[in-house]
Amino acid sequence: MKRHWNWSLWIGFLFVLAGFFSYTFFARFPVTRDFPWANLILFCSGGILLVVGLVRAFGSPRAYRGKIFGSILTLLSVVIIGLFSYVIFYELRQVPASTGAPHVGQTAPDFMLLDQNEQPVGLGDLLSGSKGVVLIFYRGFW
Amino acid sequence: MRSFQQKLSEFDARGIRVVGISVDPPDINRRQAQKSGYTFPLLSDAKAEAIRRYDVLHRGAGPKGADIARPAEFLIDSSRIVRWVKLSENIAVRARPEQVLTAFNQIEATGQ
Repeated sequence: MKRHWNWSLWIGFLFVLAGFFSYTFFARFPVTRDFPWANLILFCSGGILLVVGLVRAFGSPRAYRGKIFGSILTLLSVVIIGLFSYVIFYELRQVPASTGAPHVGQTAPDFMLLDQNEQPVGLGDLLSGSKGVVLIFYRGFW
Repeated sequence: MRSFQQKLSEFDARGIRVVGISVDPPDINRRQAQKSGYTFPLLSDAKAEAIRRYDVLHRGAGPKGADIARPAEFLIDSSRIVRWVKLSENIAVRARPEQVLTAFNQIEATGQ
């Protein structure tokens, strides 16, 4: 008897890959970056399809293929999701406490820095003739 | 910062300036501003002097273990008083421009 190809394993694995590689896209929008729910939905869908595929492969091995490649794809998926979770839920949260950062009500520390045209800009310059300034400290593009 | 650029007219309308600060040198900032279409200044704090003064240094977090700034946002009023601070506990989570605008509107409304 010709065995079915067991597509749900492959589609499931594709979902997991999509969940991983789509992060750079979803990270462009605050809604999907603050919490990576779009990626988690893809991972969940992939996981469900992989489980369905594995149940078929091991439950009806005469009807479905995939005991070996299904196991390999599932293992790879676990590694991919694990790596993603480690970076997103652990590594990105390793931010210093910044307990000495100026609090609301305190005077903001002065500075004098070069702008992108090599012109010096100080806090006083930014505040002269304005109602305030938003300082956005960012990690940089290197 | 892209979201701040998109809302820049609302900051302009309230008379609030927006600046970015990082350890990147001016030439990188110039390229980045052109590439991303940022019309607000990007300031270069290569020696992390301002970054240290605001205690937002993230040691060894940059390429080859360089010290860089952690994401943080401060709203400072015209008398140099800090009015609003956002210190993210997650690198991926940044302040949204709406939060700053709301904070500023409240300060204006209470007339403090």
